[in-house]
Amino acid sequence: MPEFYHSVTLKEEKCVGCTNCVKRCPTEAIRIRDGKAFIAKERCIDCGECIRICPHHAKRAHFTHLEALGKFQYTIALPAPSLYGQFNNLDDIDYVLTGLKQMGFDQVYEVSRAAELVSEATRKLMYNSESALPLPRPIISSACPAVVRLIRVRFPDLCDHVLPLKSPMETAAIMAKKEAMEKTGLPEKDIGCFFITPCPAKVTDIKMPLGVEKSSVDGAIAISEVFPTLSHTMDRLESVEPIANSGIIGVGWSTSGGESAALLNEKYLAADGIENVIRVLEEVEDERIGDLDFIELNACSGGCVGGVLCVENPYVAKARIQRLRKYLPVSQNHLAGGPVPNEMEWEEELEFSNVMTLSTDLKQAMQMMVEIDGIEEELPGLDCGACGAPTCRAFAEDVVKGMCKKTDCVFVYRKEMQKVASTLSELEGFGWNGGDKPEK
Amino acid sequence: MSMLHLEYQVPGDDFTRAGEASGDVKHKLKKLGYEPDAIRRVAIAMYEGEINLVIHGGGGVAIVDVDPDRVDIALIDHGPGIPDVEQAMQAGWSTAPDNVRALGFGAGMGLPNMKKYTDEMTIDSVVGEGTTVKMAVCPGRK
Repeated sequence: MPEFYHSVTLKEEKCVGCTNCVKRCPTEAIRIRDGKAFIAKERCIDCGECIRICPHHAKRAHFTHLEALGKFQYTIALPAPSLYGQFNNLDDIDYVLTGLKQMGFDQVYEVSRAAELVSEATRKLMYNSESALPLPRPIISSACPAVVRLIRVRFPDLCDHVLPLKSPMETAAIMAKKEAMEKTGLPEKDIGCFFITPCPAKVTDIKMPLGVEKSSVDGAIAISEVFPTLSHTMDRLESVEPIANSGIIGVGWSTSGGESAALLNEKYLAADGIENVIRVLEEVEDERIGDLDFIELNACSGGCVGGVLCVENPYVAKARIQRLRKYLPVSQNHLAGGPVPNEMEWEEELEFSNVMTLSTDLKQAMQMMVEIDGIEEELPGLDCGACGAPTCRAFAEDVVKGMCKKTDCVFVYRKEMQKVASTLSELEGFGWNGGDKPEK
Repeated sequence: MSMLHLEYQVPGDDFTRAGEASGDVKHKLKKLGYEPDAIRRVAIAMYEGEINLVIHGGGGVAIVDVDPDRVDIALIDHGPGIPDVEQAMQAGWSTAPDNVRALGFGAGMGLPNMKKYTDEMTIDSVVGEGTTVKMAVCPGRK
């Protein structure tokens, strides 16, 4: 496995070298080099903001394609509940689930079922003092992989606030595989679980998981990839199978606030959209957030329905899901009494990844910062992006790190050229005619 | 001379900008790879002090000196001064006006929190002339 895998990548031939993505990136991971966007792998959190903003469609997400189903004897679709919000006039989730089976999956296991178990496990960890780990408050949701990665690179002090539970997707795969092994007698390796994903961060989370050593999910297929065939299949269904087995809580995870509402505790905050998420994390870090037990953060506006691989506007999708949830029971999946099952807990702690710092040596980093401050003073402060960095400050940092030259700034360059020009004209004044030597 | 010297003007009339200086210091300390717990303590203590500059001091200057073994923060204002420093240090003691309390500030925890999160703190105040609060945070202490 490579050291870094990212779902978000560049389609070079489409990139014109504009700076839309550079300025949008929340971890300042993108620079324009030689007229093309370049993503620093160690900084990218796969939030998908660059895909969303690129007017040239030069950023894309890698995901699994339907052909991959052929590699397994038995395949299971794990639809994210955000999928349900993509269809107009849907009043029965079973249409979607039956449609998925008709598309070639042997079985469907709703991620919202596992979400209900994760909600229950979270409640246990929060309130049940005997089984509870001493989780520092506020507890921060670990469901959005882009947020977990953001915390890991930008908020060292908050790593231990992140809820150490596997995501609903991971738990769904574990449960679905167990069920399928019992039902079919097949070994685990012959059973393939495919997440139907609203976002590239989940694709990355499968290949390079945090909190678990190896993901139980075998691939992630974009909602936008299954949508055309699925909606066509759904239109032609003659009968639907009763597969749906989750309630308001599980389906609610698809929109911002759903995970928190399931905790049945009003001391929570739910924020969505990467900029709002960063603002909230800054306040949590400074202990300015007040007395809260839980913080739900979604990198995308609206929550998972806002994922860049969805087809529908997030707020339209949200309205549809609200309607769908109306007649569902509160929750249909429950854990047995006692502590949270081991298989739902994280296997590894979240460790801070030191990729934003200037140097691993503090003294050297401080010298570099003094240099950066000096260079920044020479820059125009326009944050124009013409140099390929998101801000003048980031550019000054790049110069000190040796990644580019100060004259890559058009303003610095112009000043230098003016100096050269005035030197030349001075020399001309001495009668130099461009020959071998200026005459004095 | 410290290795890294930072200075900020804190405006006294604009609440919405309170926290900018301490936010910038936090951001820079992270860039330096400073010890995370020390960053947290600096961020909290300086934020509280910055809010004090805005609420009570009518604005002022924040000076931060960073060295590998300590961060020194000085907050200087030319506001009304504190008549009884000992009393001001008590948790819950507040002279903040109602409009400030309405925003959730002025609970009387500013100075006690600054003391709690820093390793050294001194207050020099002269009524009618102003206040200088000096704090230091040393990584690994507390």
